[in-house]
Amino acid sequence: MLYYLQHYWWLLVSLLGALFVFLMFVQGGQSLLFTTAKSNEEKNLIINALGDKWKLTFTTLVVFGGATFASFPLYYSTSFGGAYWLWMAILFLFVIQAVSFEYRNKAGNILGARTYEIFLFLNGFLGTILIGVAVGMFFTGGAFTMNKLSILNETSRVISQWSNGWHGLDALANPFNLLLGIVIYLAAKTLGLLYIINQIEHQKLILKLRNQLKVTGLLFVILFIVLLIALFTMKGYSVDPENSMITVVKNKYFINMTELIWPAVLLLSGIILVLTGIGTAFYSKGKYSFYITGGGVVLSVWSLLICTAFNNTPFFVSHTDIQQSLTLYNSSSSEFTLKVMAYVSLFIPVVIAYILYVWRALTKKGESKGEVSEADTYSY
Amino acid sequence: MYLASLIDLSRLQFALTAMYHWIFVPLTIGLGFIIAIMETLYVRTENEFWKRTTKFWMKIFAVNFAIGVATGIILEFQFGTNWSNYSWFVGDIFGAPLAIEGIFAFFLESTFFAVMFFGWNKVSKKVHLLSTWLVAFGTILSALWILIANAWMQHPIGMEFNPDTARNEMIDFWAIALSPVAINKFIHTVFNSFVLAAIVVIGISSWYLLKKREEEFSRKSIKIASVFGLISVIILIWSGDGSAYHVAKKQPMKLAAMEGLYISKPGTPIVAVGVLNHKKTITKLENDSLGFALEKPYLFNVSIPHGLSLLVDRKLNSFVPGIEDILRGGYVYKDEKGIEHTALSIKERMKRGKEAVDALSLYHKSKKEDNEEGKAVALITLKENFSHFGYGFIEKPTDIIPNIPLTFYAFRIMVILGGLFLLFFTLSIFLEYRGKIAKIRWFQYFAVINIPLVYVCTQAGWIVSEAGRQPWTIQDLLTTGASLSGISSSTVATTTIMFLILFSLLLAAEMTILFKVIKKGPSSEF
Repeated sequence: MLYYLQHYWWLLVSLLGALFVFLMFVQGGQSLLFTTAKSNEEKNLIINALGDKWKLTFTTLVVFGGATFASFPLYYSTSFGGAYWLWMAILFLFVIQAVSFEYRNKAGNILGARTYEIFLFLNGFLGTILIGVAVGMFFTGGAFTMNKLSILNETSRVISQWSNGWHGLDALANPFNLLLGIVIYLAAKTLGLLYIINQIEHQKLILKLRNQLKVTGLLFVILFIVLLIALFTMKGYSVDPENSMITVVKNKYFINMTELIWPAVLLLSGIILVLTGIGTAFYSKGKYSFYITGGGVVLSVWSLLICTAFNNTPFFVSHTDIQQSLTLYNSSSSEFTLKVMAYVSLFIPVVIAYILYVWRALTKKGESKGEVSEADTYSY
Repeated sequence: MYLASLIDLSRLQFALTAMYHWIFVPLTIGLGFIIAIMETLYVRTENEFWKRTTKFWMKIFAVNFAIGVATGIILEFQFGTNWSNYSWFVGDIFGAPLAIEGIFAFFLESTFFAVMFFGWNKVSKKVHLLSTWLVAFGTILSALWILIANAWMQHPIGMEFNPDTARNEMIDFWAIALSPVAINKFIHTVFNSFVLAAIVVIGISSWYLLKKREEEFSRKSIKIASVFGLISVIILIWSGDGSAYHVAKKQPMKLAAMEGLYISKPGTPIVAVGVLNHKKTITKLENDSLGFALEKPYLFNVSIPHGLSLLVDRKLNSFVPGIEDILRGGYVYKDEKGIEHTALSIKERMKRGKEAVDALSLYHKSKKEDNEEGKAVALITLKENFSHFGYGFIEKPTDIIPNIPLTFYAFRIMVILGGLFLLFFTLSIFLEYRGKIAKIRWFQYFAVINIPLVYVCTQAGWIVSEAGRQPWTIQDLLTTGASLSGISSSTVATTTIMFLILFSLLLAAEMTILFKVIKKGPSSEF
C-alpha cells in the first residue's frame, strides 16, 4: 500500500509542478517588459493582460511547496536546507513579484513604477531560469549527506548537510541544469506571448509580439530537443527496492521511458501538442494556440518529472555518497499521512473545476453583464 | 564583529517574518468579512451607496492582501531552508495541514479574489457576491489549517514515534485537526482578526469625521464595524480564557513565565498590573540561588487574590506551579482525564529524556547487528520515556525557562488592550445609537489611536504564544536548537538583513499607498 501511495503522491506532486511550469506563462509575459514592451502603454497592456492570473501561478507554487513538504518531507528539508542560496534566490524573486502588480501604478508607491517593472522582469526572467535549475537537480542531484540518526549526534544534530559552501549555487555550474532553466524560461516566454496576443487588441503590439514569438518559439523547440537528447543519453541511478542499494545505470531516463511506456506516450503527445500549438500560431490567428501549447508543456513536464522517480529511480542523488540519495521509499511521509492526504486529494477536481469556471468568466473579452461603468474595471 | 549564534539568528529571522506577515493577515481576514457584509447589503438593497462603500474597503483589502501573500511564502520556505531538521522530524504531521491549507484555502482565495476585483462587469451580481464571501471564507479556512499546525506544536497529539525512521508519524488525523487547543486557537485568532479589522474601519472612518468629510459613509461603516467588533471582542475574551486554561494544562512553564511566578501557593493570585524586578534573573538563579531567593519577584504589582487558580482551574484554591516549582517538581497536578500525578523535577525529566535518546541509539545499533532482543529492550525503554524525549536535548534545567520579561509584559499588554477594546466598541455603539458620533471629537481621536494599539495587541498575543513556548519548537519533544538546518550563522545573518531591508521598503510602500487611498477617500468611487 505504501508503495502505491508513494507513487500516487509523486504523480500528484509532479502534476502540480507541471501545471506550475505552464502557469509561469505569467512570468514569461513579465519577461517581455523592457525587451519587447518598451513604452508605458505597452507595459500597461502586458501587465493588465496578466493581472488576473498571476495569483493562480503564485498559489500553485505555494501549494507545490506544501504538497512536497507533506508527502516527501525529507526532500523538502534536504533540498531547501541544503541548496539554501538557490531557494532563497527563488524566494526573493517571487516575493518581489507578489506586490508589484498591485503597487506599480498606485499613488504613493515610493519606489516608482519602474522599480516594480524591474521586479516583474527579474521574476519573469531569472525566476523561471532558477526554477528550471532547481528542477534540474532532480536529474543531476546535489552535493549533500543525509543521515536520519544525526539528530542523536551531540556534536552535530543536522540530518541533511550540504557538502560544500556554495549551498545550491553550485547547481548553476551544471550545464544540464542551466539548459533546463533556459528551456523553462523559453517555454514560459512562448506561452506568455501566445496568451497576451489573444488578450489584447492593440494591433501594433500584437505584431511586435508575433515577431518575438517566431524567435522565442523556434528557440524553445530547438533547445527542448537538445535537452531531450542530453537527458536520454545521460547516466542515471537505480535503487534496488529490496536492499536499498543504489547503482549507476547508463541512459537511465531513456530506459525509464521504454520500460514504463506510458510516460513516453505522455511525452510524445506533449511534444506533438507543443509543435501544433506553436505551428498554428505561426500560420494562423492561433485562437487556441495558447491552450494547445500549454497542454503540451504540462504533459511533457509531467512525463519528465515522473521519470525522475518512478521505475526505482532516486530522484535526488547525492554526489557525496550515492547511497544517501533520496528515493520515493526513503523520503516519503508515513503510509497513514499519505493516505489521509490521498483523501484530501479527491477534492482537487473541485478546485480545478472552479478555477476553470473563473478562468472562462474572466478571460472572455468584450462581453459584459449589467451596466458597465469605467469605475467597474479594475486595472493595475 | 559580534556574531550571534545560529539558533538566535534563525529565531530572529523567523520571528521577523512571522510578525511582519501578521501585520497584514488579520486585516485581510477581518476586512474580508466586513466587505462581504457590505456587499450583501448592496445586493439586497440595490443601493449604489453600498457598492461604493464596498469598493472603497476592497481597495484597502487588495493593497494589504498582496503583501500578505508575499510574506506567507517566506514562512513556508523557511521551514525547509532554516529549520530542515524540524521539517523531517515532524514533517509527517506538520506538512499535511500546510498542504491542505494550500489545496482547500489558497486556491479558493486567489481564484475568487480575481473575481472580486476583475469580475464586476463579467459575472452577475450574485456570483460576485458569492465570490466575495468565498474569499472571506477562504481566509478563515487558511487560518484554520495553519493554526491546527501551530496548535500541534504547542500540544503534540495524534502521533507516534517511529524508531526506524527516527521521526514522529501521524496516527490520528482527527485528534490533530480537532485538538481542543487548535479549536480554541482558531477561534481566538479569527476573532482577534475581526476585532482588528473593526478597529481599523472605525479608526479610518473617525479620521474622516475629524476632517468633517464623508459623514454618511463613515457613520454607516462605524455602525457595521462596531456591532461586528463588539460581538467579536466578547468571543475573543472568552476564547482567551480558554487559551489560558489550555496553557496551564499543557505548557505550565509558559504560564509561569506569563505571570513572572517563581514560587507558588494554593489559591494562586494573578498579577493585574506589575513591574518585574529586573534583578531577579535566571543567571542569578543559576549562580547565586540565595541572592536570587532574596530578590522579590516584582518591584510593584497589583494582584487579584486567587485569580490565577480561578482562571486556569475554575477553583479558588488550586495550585498553579511557578517556575521554581516546575524545576523542582514534586507537586500534584491533574491531567486532561482528571488523573492525579506528581510532577517530576526537570533534572529527572532530563535523565529520562537522555534514556529515551540513548535507547533510540541502542535500537539502531541492535538493528545493525540483527540483535532482535536488543531491539526489543531498547524499544521498551524508548516508549517508557518518550514523553521526556525532548528533555534529552536540554543541557541544564534552567534552559527550559522562556524569556520571562518578554512573556510577562506581552501578556499584560494583550489583556489590557483587549479590555480597552471591549470598552471602545461599547462606547462606539452607544454614541452611534445616540446619533452623537459625528460630533464627539475626543472619541474620534480615541478611535484613530486605537489603530496602532490593536496591532500592538495582536503582536503581543503571538509573542506570548511563541516566545513563551521556548525552548521548544514541539513542546517537550523537540528543542529549537535541534530543529536547525546545517547552515552558517553568517548566512542567516545575511538573509535576515536582506529580509529586513525588503520588509522595510515594502511596509513603507504599503503604508503610503494606504494613506493615499484613505486621503482620497470613498468619494472617489462616486
